[in-house]
Amino acid sequence: MGRKLLTEHINVEGIQTFDVYRKHGGYASVEKALKTMTPEEVVEEVKASGLRGRGGAGFPTGMKWSFLAKPEGKPRYLVCNADESEPGTFKDRYLMEHLPHLLIEGMITSSYALGCRTSYIYIRGELLYVLRILEKAIAEAYANGFLGENILGSGYSLDLHVHPGGGAYICGEETALLESLEGKRGNPRNKPPFPAVWGLYGSPTVVNNVESIATVPWIVTNTAAEYAKIGVGRSTGTKLISAGGNINKPGVYEIELGVPVEEFIYSDEYCGGIWKGRDMKAVIAGGSSVPILPKELILKTAAGEDRLMSYESLSDGGFATGTMLGSGGFFVMDDQTCIVRHTWTLARFYHHESCGQCSPCREGTGWMEKVLHRIEYGHGHMHDIDLLVSVAKQIEGNTICPLGDAAAWPVAAAIRHFRDEFEWHVKHPQAATAPGAVFNKAESVLA
Amino acid sequence: MDQTVEKKEVQFSEGAMAEIRRYISHYPEGRQKSAILPILHIAQAEFGGWVSPEVMDKVAEILNILPIEVYEVATFYTMFNLKPVGKHVLEVCRTGPCMLRGSDQLIEHLENRLGCKVGETSADGNFTLKTVECLASCGTGPMLQVREKFYENLDPASADQMLEELKASTVRKPWEENY
Repeated sequence: MGRKLLTEHINVEGIQTFDVYRKHGGYASVEKALKTMTPEEVVEEVKASGLRGRGGAGFPTGMKWSFLAKPEGKPRYLVCNADESEPGTFKDRYLMEHLPHLLIEGMITSSYALGCRTSYIYIRGELLYVLRILEKAIAEAYANGFLGENILGSGYSLDLHVHPGGGAYICGEETALLESLEGKRGNPRNKPPFPAVWGLYGSPTVVNNVESIATVPWIVTNTAAEYAKIGVGRSTGTKLISAGGNINKPGVYEIELGVPVEEFIYSDEYCGGIWKGRDMKAVIAGGSSVPILPKELILKTAAGEDRLMSYESLSDGGFATGTMLGSGGFFVMDDQTCIVRHTWTLARFYHHESCGQCSPCREGTGWMEKVLHRIEYGHGHMHDIDLLVSVAKQIEGNTICPLGDAAAWPVAAAIRHFRDEFEWHVKHPQAATAPGAVFNKAESVLA
Repeated sequence: MDQTVEKKEVQFSEGAMAEIRRYISHYPEGRQKSAILPILHIAQAEFGGWVSPEVMDKVAEILNILPIEVYEVATFYTMFNLKPVGKHVLEVCRTGPCMLRGSDQLIEHLENRLGCKVGETSADGNFTLKTVECLASCGTGPMLQVREKFYENLDPASADQMLEELKASTVRKPWEENY
């Protein structure tokens, strides 16, 4: 059993309430930070822990904090990114629903470190029921003197509010999120200036993922040195993995970074193997944006080493033979999955979610969806496959924000690893569109 | 000849107004526009699951901003219905991870049961069937959302039971008692 830093008490009866959370050591980091540490010392601690942003990009959290500009006379903001919308990812929702006070504790300690007087949690609009859980917990924190004026007599004051989105994946991109929080359409901003200089209302702002902020209390309470002992190499600590798809035990698992992928998929401690006694065809390891990998490449690297659940091991081999840890949205496809149909649903998702600001993304995502649709429904041409690759290539890197890349990668990777399945759809439209028909490598050789 | 179109007077209830004022207080002075999204959610709950142009105008008036500033936001974010809907809106997730667990079959089942296609409202006015993209419920798919509630791990039997329960239920607003 791996160590659980975030979810140790998640099944304790009543842990959603202030009293029970406090009884289990909750808010210790606020006491320690406000009474015995300077803000700079908290930032240094988070830096030394090696914690990397848990939203997907994996950028070191402490480093991001240290970039925050501190001009005189301007407020600074911490905004928690709870706009969890990356297909395959549902860990932040789980954390907020069951451990609302953990996020609030993280927000207080982190806001103290950054010198913020007002902080926001931007939660996706579909999770209004979680917003109500958080608001209730925030009211408890105020009532117990952990929010508001002069927290614990330290002289430090903080207001914390939850802000709902309106159903737009793009608002998970930090500058789109800030636009949205200002009451505008979620169009990502051109960078620079980065939010650390020009963020919410033109003030210096840090935007961090829920899980990143929820990790800060453990680091501050137990020290960075202890945190850095967990994990492997530059992948320190634990990570929440949202496991879904065709497995026996879908759910959120907190793992110590470095667990072998094979163990994660097949052991009963985690996914419990593939459902219905089937074989595994492919895995998307870090949310829908990261490249899909076939069974043989998700279990072993191209060099034949065991693939581990870590930033470095999952990206071993680059995009040719590797993928990314991303947000930890890990979903498994069994041997009955139609890769073409699945890729089409993802392309449709990105088309639906493109904000429309940049032409390559606005037009390209629509083209990819349409071309995939015609291949899936038996009207495809062989040259469509290369057309998809070409469109993906022309979106990638040519947009203001990473949504373009996120849309291009899944399509490019599906063709890279499953080209024969796309070709089979084109060559055998009738067989491919028959109800329940699935490409079978062995049979296709005969066809 | 009088050609002015009669404009329906939009009035939020006291409970809704209290919520609206609470949200506006969360943002710095002069930044009240930030409250657009929270207020549109309140408006949609208040006025039967959708926001009409008149409602949007009222939101603009409350926030002291131009109506266009509300229109451009309401049309960007997919959660806001801009046309009348049934008593309950079923929002079925259909993205990849839910597809792997049977969302195609769930949608087909609901279409048959309700006698309407995706995007339509059932003849009895009880249900509008919509598809949506990923709802962060990938481990419990196939699933759908009705207002603030998630219905997860659905199969034909549990989906039918859900429909019956919804049909018999009273729609309450978040600021009302017994919500």
